[in-house]
Amino acid sequence: MSSAAGRPGRLRLPTPYLLLIPSALTLAALFGWPMVQGVLAAFRHDGGFSLDNVHRMVSDQRFGSAVRNTLLLIAVVVPLQFVLALAMALLLQARPKFSGLYFYLWAVPLAISDLAAGLVWLSILDDQGYLNSVLHRLGLGDGYSWLSYQHGSTMFLAVVVAEVWRATALVLVILVAGMQVIPRDYDEAAAVFGATFWQRLRYVTLPLLKPSLQVALILRTILAFQTFAVARALTGDNYPLLVGETYQWYLDLQNPGVASAIALLILAISIFTASIYLRALRQPDAIREAR
Amino acid sequence: MSALAGPAEPARPAEPAGPAAAESGVDRSPLRRRRRQRALLQLAAVAITLFMAAPIYLITLAAFSSRQALNEYPKSVLPTDVSTETLRGFLSSAGIVPSFLNSVAVGLLAVLLSIGLGAPAGYAIARYAFRGRDAYQIVLLITRALPVVVLSIPLAELFISWQLYDTVLGIALMHTALALPTTVLISASVFVSVPRDVEEAALIFGATPLAAFRRVVLPIARPGIAASAIFTFVLSWNEVLGAAILALRNRTLPAQVLGSLSNSPLAYRFAGGFALVVPSLVFIFVMRRYLLNMWGTTIR
Repeated sequence: MSSAAGRPGRLRLPTPYLLLIPSALTLAALFGWPMVQGVLAAFRHDGGFSLDNVHRMVSDQRFGSAVRNTLLLIAVVVPLQFVLALAMALLLQARPKFSGLYFYLWAVPLAISDLAAGLVWLSILDDQGYLNSVLHRLGLGDGYSWLSYQHGSTMFLAVVVAEVWRATALVLVILVAGMQVIPRDYDEAAAVFGATFWQRLRYVTLPLLKPSLQVALILRTILAFQTFAVARALTGDNYPLLVGETYQWYLDLQNPGVASAIALLILAISIFTASIYLRALRQPDAIREAR
Repeated sequence: MSALAGPAEPARPAEPAGPAAAESGVDRSPLRRRRRQRALLQLAAVAITLFMAAPIYLITLAAFSSRQALNEYPKSVLPTDVSTETLRGFLSSAGIVPSFLNSVAVGLLAVLLSIGLGAPAGYAIARYAFRGRDAYQIVLLITRALPVVVLSIPLAELFISWQLYDTVLGIALMHTALALPTTVLISASVFVSVPRDVEEAALIFGATPLAAFRRVVLPIARPGIAASAIFTFVLSWNEVLGAAILALRNRTLPAQVLGSLSNSPLAYRFAGGFALVVPSLVFIFVMRRYLLNMWGTTIR
């Protein structure tokens, strides 16, 4: 950063602006403009300003459960993913044999969509799926309907497992990247002075990993708000999530107004999280310079 | 093999020395503890690998089972009845092959557009100090955090008036918008890693800035840019909500599968899941050296 700023004189033409313009225009046309339109559409009904869409959104009986499910899913999935990803990153850090292969296999879900993840777990958790088949062969239980709407808790658990399976890889990769820039000396020094594994984790690794943890946390939370195809693939529409409701209102109920209102709600939550995201990003800079 | 076994023979007489050494007061317990730790480490790694890999194995198994095997209960978790019947049935269902081609076309278009539009901006951010550079990076970060769902509904209305609704180009444009911020940030980090000196040397020897870029910077930056292209393709291949909203007949593969979920047999869904998973295995394999750069670093 400073090296670029430290070279005044050369290259002070408007060239950088020329290079920026194509991307800036594209973003303005395909991001900025639609965003404004989306906000307006949420508050427009029959050509005038109205809160009609918001009323319809809130009064829909699925809305409450969609909000609750979305928040509950995030509250359960994100911490789980962090614990698991941290354990996985520490495992890799210890360099077991085949750690390269492990990393590849653990990273595979990075490129798997939530729809695909839902279908993958459907093959396992379906009434006659592989889980029930194995349980049946072992003589344990006889075909429990994990995904039935009558069994709300296992339906929720199914979505949690599929999400943990799919999206832990993102956290893992961010944490591994963060661990790579931590000098090993600190950890080794602590070990020499007799710190136990947990002490080193608590007082050395985690504080140094804080920037990565923050970035991963907020990125993952924002992305978690966009989950919906997992639940759709696993449970049909028995497990409403906010984004899924937008899909429903727009495509099935042909009501762009209410769909926009829900989208706006998701946007508001995302902006709120993004502002934390930005604040968190201020920190890595300071820490990087301190190193 | 038997020839190799020979040299191991002389080691045998040394064996009795083992217990003797232990008796001589060398404390072996740290070594044993270390070995036990290594074993536990491997065990944990294998357990996590099983959790990560088993579902992929099972969806593959389901996709390669015959219809009869899929209806069986309890199912066998071993490939006893391998058949392409399920996959063939999926591929011949209405709209699958065209939507597959759409997915590829949308992905390639999005890659071309996002790199064509984004790489120059990345170069500007990496190489020039100018007013608004940090602000632009922050804008990029914000846009990356915005949900697709907010974008796609107004875009649908916009595309209807531009006659881009239900076209490959329309979906590709939306995916370009989604991938552009990341492309700019990634290509900026790629260009930063190209030594400035070589570029300046080319300029000193009389190359125009464009020629210096094309013949010196680009060859060094190419692998990183290629990785960012794959990143965009993966994003486009996986994106389902916007693609479902922006098209009705010309859908991409995930949108097509999502749209027909509720009225399709299980065999169709399993084959669809498999078809969506396979490319990701390839992507991650191709990208394995760049995984940390692509997904790991979030801002530089």
